[in-house]
Amino acid sequence: MGAAGGRHRLKCTTEFSTGARPEGLGKTAVACFRHGMALENGFSYSFWARGLAGARGERWLFDGLDINLGPGEVLVVTGPNGTGKTTLLRILAGLLPAAEGQVGWEPAPDDGEVALHYLGHQNSVKGALTVAQNLAFWQRLSGVRDGAAVAAAQTIFALEDLVDLPARVLSAGQQRRLALARLVAIPAPLWLLDEPTTALDAGSAAAFARAVAAHRDAGGMAILATHQDLGFEPTFRLDMGVVS
Amino acid sequence: MNGFWAILGRDVTLARVESGGALLAVQFFALGILLFPLGLGPEPGMLARLGGGLLTIMALLATLLALDRLFQQDYEDGTLDLLLTSPAPLWSMVLGKGVAHWLVTGAPMLVAAPLLGILLQMSWPAIGGLVAALALGTPTLSLVGAVGASLTIGARRGGVLLALLVLPLYIPVLIFMSGTVTAAETGLAFGGHVSILGAVLLLSLVLTPWASAVALRQVGE
Repeated sequence: MGAAGGRHRLKCTTEFSTGARPEGLGKTAVACFRHGMALENGFSYSFWARGLAGARGERWLFDGLDINLGPGEVLVVTGPNGTGKTTLLRILAGLLPAAEGQVGWEPAPDDGEVALHYLGHQNSVKGALTVAQNLAFWQRLSGVRDGAAVAAAQTIFALEDLVDLPARVLSAGQQRRLALARLVAIPAPLWLLDEPTTALDAGSAAAFARAVAAHRDAGGMAILATHQDLGFEPTFRLDMGVVS
Repeated sequence: MNGFWAILGRDVTLARVESGGALLAVQFFALGILLFPLGLGPEPGMLARLGGGLLTIMALLATLLALDRLFQQDYEDGTLDLLLTSPAPLWSMVLGKGVAHWLVTGAPMLVAAPLLGILLQMSWPAIGGLVAALALGTPTLSLVGAVGASLTIGARRGGVLLALLVLPLYIPVLIFMSGTVTAAETGLAFGGHVSILGAVLLLSLVLTPWASAVALRQVGE
């Protein structure tokens, strides 16, 4: 495979962070969406990828990609279909091996700590379980017991009236809101979101933007792949370019 | 053990709530056994003689019934990504899946087997041996089946592939299960067979979650 096989360099529309951390974020107490309470501690992790290359089968999608995110920073990945946005997110989530390069944390999250949320095209929602049961399962799986966080997640994504309904009767947009509620119900420093606002109406998209803002205020990081205007200004943008 | 209990609880709930319910496998098991007297004729001595073998083979087939959905559903709705990125160790979640599968297939069969044994006019010692064999054999079938299920995720016609993959692995368990019943029936000591079934179960408890976890990690690639 050479250049003819689709291997190409990336165009970055913004220069990436060189590791400088913004002041005033991280471990400082920040205003929080949890029913007006303040978070005691924010996140103070940074997440990096160096020389990352991704391939699907025989086809190289991108290479030589460096990412350096600090607390409160958000990277939005854009680009036409088939340029490797999903592949990039799956590599960052550890679901796919990188063809080249490395991914890492500074400092490394503890064992058993929820380091990241990956939300792909699918919602990971069980249709036979109710909204409340889905949220409870996600928390148990992560070893988190936090009723206040569940309540906050339900409030933000307007799920209160739906909690006792089986998820299969929800509309596509409501199921997406339930999937997004996982991000708030289980705090994690890094969100990796693939087209998070698919199927959302304007009000829900605004609620999502507020959730991202609160996550950033708490020192959280996010990498989002999207075609849509998300209603907030990311720290960095990455254009995956065109398929050759 | 968060992963283990979370998955165990969820899978048992799902089996209970979803259409078909938790008793699908045991219904198949019982119905299959009821076909044999109709097909073979009601000659009493023959059914009693064949009973142990029929019940163990049907237990094996009923175990296969729900296996292909074990990971496939989680793969299709994206839950597998969630499991793979969760901080809980993957083997603990896989073990939870195997145990949940046994609770909704193997355990009900264990309850139904003595009744079906009586129906086939098996002797009491043979029924005792059968219960011991199923108690130790069916968990192994669920655990080994989970490895097959994780290897066939995403395969078209995965159910058939799964059966071809898993049935040969079930042969040793089948031999020692029916060996237990035969020995019990003829009044011989069956402790040796039971010990081997127990040893295979312990080995499966240790090795299969690890093997399944390795297979699941390859799914996205």
